[in-house]
Amino acid sequence: MRHIISILLENEPGALSRVVGLFSQRNYNIESLTVAPTEDHTLSRLTITTVGDDRKIEQITKHLNKLVDVVKLVDLTEGAHIERELMLIKVKATGAQRDEVNRTADIFRAQIVDVTSTIYSIQVVGTSAKLDAFLAAINGITILEVARTGVSGVSRGEKVLSV
Amino acid sequence: MLIRALHDEGVELIYGYPGGAVLHIYDAIFNQDKVEHILVRHEQAATHAADGYARATGRPGVVLVTSGPGATNAVTGIATAFMDSIPMIVISGQVDSSLIGSDGFQETDMVGISRPIVKHSFMVQNPADIPNIVKKAFYIATTGRPGPVVIDIPKDVTDPSKKFKYSYPESVKLRSYSVPAKGHTGQIKKAVEILLAAKRPILYTGGGVIQGEGSALLTELTQKLGYPITNTLMGLGAYPATDKQFLGMLGMHGTYEANMAMHFSDVVLGIGVRFDDRVTNTISKFCPGAKILHVDIDPASISKTVAADVPIVGSVTSVIEDMLELIKSSDTKIDRKALDLWWKQIDGWREKDSLKVVPAENDVIKPQQVIQCLYEITNGDAYVSSDVGQHQMFAAQYYKFDKPRRWINSGGLGTMGFGFPAAMGVQLAFPDAVSVCVTGEGSFQMNLQELATCLQYNLPVKIVCLNNQALGMVKQWQDMQYGGRYSHSTYAESLPDFIKLAEAYGHVGMRIEKLSELKQKMTEAFALKDRLVFIDVMVDPMEHVYPMAIKGGSMKDMILSKTERT
Repeated sequence: MRHIISILLENEPGALSRVVGLFSQRNYNIESLTVAPTEDHTLSRLTITTVGDDRKIEQITKHLNKLVDVVKLVDLTEGAHIERELMLIKVKATGAQRDEVNRTADIFRAQIVDVTSTIYSIQVVGTSAKLDAFLAAINGITILEVARTGVSGVSRGEKVLSV
Repeated sequence: MLIRALHDEGVELIYGYPGGAVLHIYDAIFNQDKVEHILVRHEQAATHAADGYARATGRPGVVLVTSGPGATNAVTGIATAFMDSIPMIVISGQVDSSLIGSDGFQETDMVGISRPIVKHSFMVQNPADIPNIVKKAFYIATTGRPGPVVIDIPKDVTDPSKKFKYSYPESVKLRSYSVPAKGHTGQIKKAVEILLAAKRPILYTGGGVIQGEGSALLTELTQKLGYPITNTLMGLGAYPATDKQFLGMLGMHGTYEANMAMHFSDVVLGIGVRFDDRVTNTISKFCPGAKILHVDIDPASISKTVAADVPIVGSVTSVIEDMLELIKSSDTKIDRKALDLWWKQIDGWREKDSLKVVPAENDVIKPQQVIQCLYEITNGDAYVSSDVGQHQMFAAQYYKFDKPRRWINSGGLGTMGFGFPAAMGVQLAFPDAVSVCVTGEGSFQMNLQELATCLQYNLPVKIVCLNNQALGMVKQWQDMQYGGRYSHSTYAESLPDFIKLAEAYGHVGMRIEKLSELKQKMTEAFALKDRLVFIDVMVDPMEHVYPMAIKGGSMKDMILSKTERT
């Protein structure tokens, strides 16, 4: 099963490599990873999506917790949560395709953020599944480039991940 | 400032080797007499010596190496300490901050290279950070599940012309690092109830008990319960081996009775163990009828390979103390009748005498007899450091350790070349004790350069070499699984004359070839109290280590001799 693990990490040199290294060292899989400083500049927030059964995820979270740089972590998928990913996609859009891409973008509440006479650059925000669905929907259109940020997320309601 | 910080931390001894990037530090060592530095002959040996020191004393071992090759040579020793959870501080020099990343002379990314084999690491960026980082490093290395910590210091950071106001912190607090203290009371209660109601219980304890200084409490608990106990390779000495409740070591080369009792038990209390593959054999067939109670200070060790029915995270001492308290107040009484039956069954297994030594003919020495002899002449009271291979298993099986911290071996990583420098570290920690290195002619040649160190510091280590003229354990596997094809495991014709070698380094060498002279010559060697003696014992080259677990089987599946299996 897919899990989203959100981590508060000391914003120090080498900290990220310890987290990433742990995954390769123990043969765990990283599907996506995002990292950026939080409002407190001594802390980074890192979100990893990974796949595994409960036992594997338990080991992953235990080993992550053992890292001295990891201050706190939460498996967001254990409860109700909000997840978002941003995708920038550059497609060839000429003739009738321009309308079609435009319509599909509207349906997905995506935005066309750059235009040339032959190209649309589109920004789509949502769950990873929604982004996948958008890619499926424009099947038939020539995709030139896809850049996805990876998943970021927070728990729903009053539950917070903070120091 | 670094040396002053080490002194303030209580460090008396460091093991190291100088080089360009650490010259400022070495100059500081020269100008003081509080911290003693031991000059080894290879950085790997520095780490193993510090490791041996740490295992024997319980205090962290400290290593100082230069950048580049100095640091990479230390890597094997750091990995060895990491696998066995040994507290160690490795200070590695680094090129000037301004040169980092430029592939400068003797530059290597030590923090990166050591990342998977350290508990934590630091790169010092400011001289003023040194005291705080040293304090943090020792705190992390010695608390919780101990382990090695690397401090990488660029040369300019140790420049004595950079002055700062020094003050050593009394304590340190890390928001992201906490040490589990007491175990969960509810869990402990649950475990105690299961333990008391058991019909066929067994205690399975490991290196965590020794690291956590829990041996005395473990002994109290075991004797109070009257249950059988087995120790892992790393846990030998945590419970007195000569006591009747002790079943011997378990696992791949464990005793018949220990492995059988594990397999047929209904409750296993694992303390400070990690259910290693060398213990469990095939996980899916492990202890099929047993409830697993697992105590460990590291939550990640629990349910890593074998799922625990009752996990308890906490320090060994606090959990055992709580258990003893709860046993006293519990209404559940031990079923003595069932326990008697269980002991009867175990005694039946014991009758098999799986460590029986069949003497060879023609006065040939069996390796097991050497360990038995060593045990006898040292009154079972020596510090025994071991290398890796058949001799290691023989030492573990036949030297009965009654005290913790006497058996010093590389269990997790299985590092050949560990034993001799470790014995050196032990001797430095306890100058008056008998420090023995049990080795083989293969392992010994991996760090023999330390004979020079032993001469320089007058370390009377006794080296007992079980010389079978081959990489015995490799050869044993080749005998058993590869049709006796000895691919690169023999080298009899090119072995050095170890007697001359020892003499060349200024020590005493002695060869023993006949069983009839074994005891007398060993006694002579150990009588030379202030000399290092290399005792080259020629042993039966065809001997195998038994019992041996059958791959793919459960713990009850063992090969007992060349002709017998369970």
